[in-house]
Amino acid sequence: MDLMEKNLELVEIQKLEGHTDRVWSVAWNPVSSHADGVSPILASCSGDNTVRIWEQSSLSRSWTCKTVLEETHTRTVRSCAWSPSGQLLATASFDGTTGIWKNYGSEFECISTLEGHENEVKSVSWNASGSCLATCSRDKSVWIWEVLEGNEYDCAAVLTGHTQDVKMVQWHPTMDVLFSCSYDNTIKVWWSEDDDGEYQCVQTLGESNNGHSSTVWSISFNAAGDKMVTCSDDLTLKIWGTDIAKMQSGEEYAPWIHLCTLSGYHDRTIYSAHWSRDDIIASGAGDNAIRLFVDSKHDSVDGPSYNLLLKKNKAHENDVNSVQWSPGEGNRLLASASDDGMVKIWQLATKP
Amino acid sequence: MTLGLINANPVVQAKKEGLVRREDQYRDDGVDPLEIYDYVRDIRDPEHPYTLEQLRVVSEESVTVDDKLDRILITFTPTIQHCSMANIIGLCLRAKLKECLQLHYKVDIRVSPGSHADEVSVNKQLNDKERVVAALENPNLRQLVDECIYSDEI
Repeated sequence: MDLMEKNLELVEIQKLEGHTDRVWSVAWNPVSSHADGVSPILASCSGDNTVRIWEQSSLSRSWTCKTVLEETHTRTVRSCAWSPSGQLLATASFDGTTGIWKNYGSEFECISTLEGHENEVKSVSWNASGSCLATCSRDKSVWIWEVLEGNEYDCAAVLTGHTQDVKMVQWHPTMDVLFSCSYDNTIKVWWSEDDDGEYQCVQTLGESNNGHSSTVWSISFNAAGDKMVTCSDDLTLKIWGTDIAKMQSGEEYAPWIHLCTLSGYHDRTIYSAHWSRDDIIASGAGDNAIRLFVDSKHDSVDGPSYNLLLKKNKAHENDVNSVQWSPGEGNRLLASASDDGMVKIWQLATKP
Repeated sequence: MTLGLINANPVVQAKKEGLVRREDQYRDDGVDPLEIYDYVRDIRDPEHPYTLEQLRVVSEESVTVDDKLDRILITFTPTIQHCSMANIIGLCLRAKLKECLQLHYKVDIRVSPGSHADEVSVNKQLNDKERVVAALENPNLRQLVDECIYSDEI
């Protein structure tokens, strides 16, 4: 299936209004977006200190706001992430806390508040099994929290090493390896060699190994987990690869190496990059556009060669802060969040 | 604030009256750099009872507009090389422009090349919108910024 040959376009399905300030992040519920017969659910978080839960009606197919999570966070909610079970939503806020919300069907309740960071929490991420979360902050630290019974969370590790504001944390999709990216222009890889050992920084991807030359904003993995895309204030996307089989066999740490850099496409800071299950990379940038990239040499031994599949100019009226592919198979829905206060749902479709 | 003044002896210029708009600079669709200058020139310095214009922190040449790309570049000159107020002044410029400009304009703020010891660091911080937003949510900083951009007691 060669996407470059198809005549594809990004069609706006719906614009979701409601937030009263910029929208920082969107997250698809991993279960509802997957299962047949269940309505897709999307969470969005905003500078208005709230999180909105959106649901698509199975009858009319239109999206409506199901509930608003408010009066818990006292400042911007910067990031939100669903647990793999889809039952819990974690929210990272500039108030220095991370909220854990439980979905009780018709309403959400904040069941726990994780405290410890000295200032704004920028990002939160669940590992693949849902047994722990990671958070990061402007205090330069990355925390790992263990999920205990009875809505309890224990701080399992405080990881230091970044020299500046940490912008995002992301667990590997299949292994308990944690990645963080920072205002210090680097990406750090954190791993515990023994199963119950301590996490340490096993690799730093910086300018000296073809890394970014300015703030790194976002990290995303392909479905297999052997490639990673990062985006930056330096207006580039970088693709990294690793020997995932070696890593999974438990032999030793398999380092990530730079594969290629996509430059010249973006006019302003790239705030978000997300890799779909069928290998399309979406980017959201400060030039108000959404771009999609695909590897045009998918089977080449020379390494990947990513090309622009399409660019959606004026996707929003202001900076695009987050792009997220729906995890469902085949429908190719993309959600985006912007400084214009809007969430948009897009479909990648063949032109008529 | 610190006990002593960061810059105890600023150079003060006379305050100008309303600027004469030159016909050739007026654009039908775009924004006029002089108009933007008018927005920011009366911002008060965080330390002294003078405007940024009076202290020559900003001047007419500070504003560059790219109409095609809807981009605005503001270049300002802190009063001294090691001025720790540079970040505050940058925040004031951002807060003021956010109120005056339409959503789609992109604003970049920089210190004048060679005018500050921490030029690269200050520029990076002032153009990280996430950190700017977080700083302006800090009530103490917000109050200081509001005092600078709303004061009409000069």
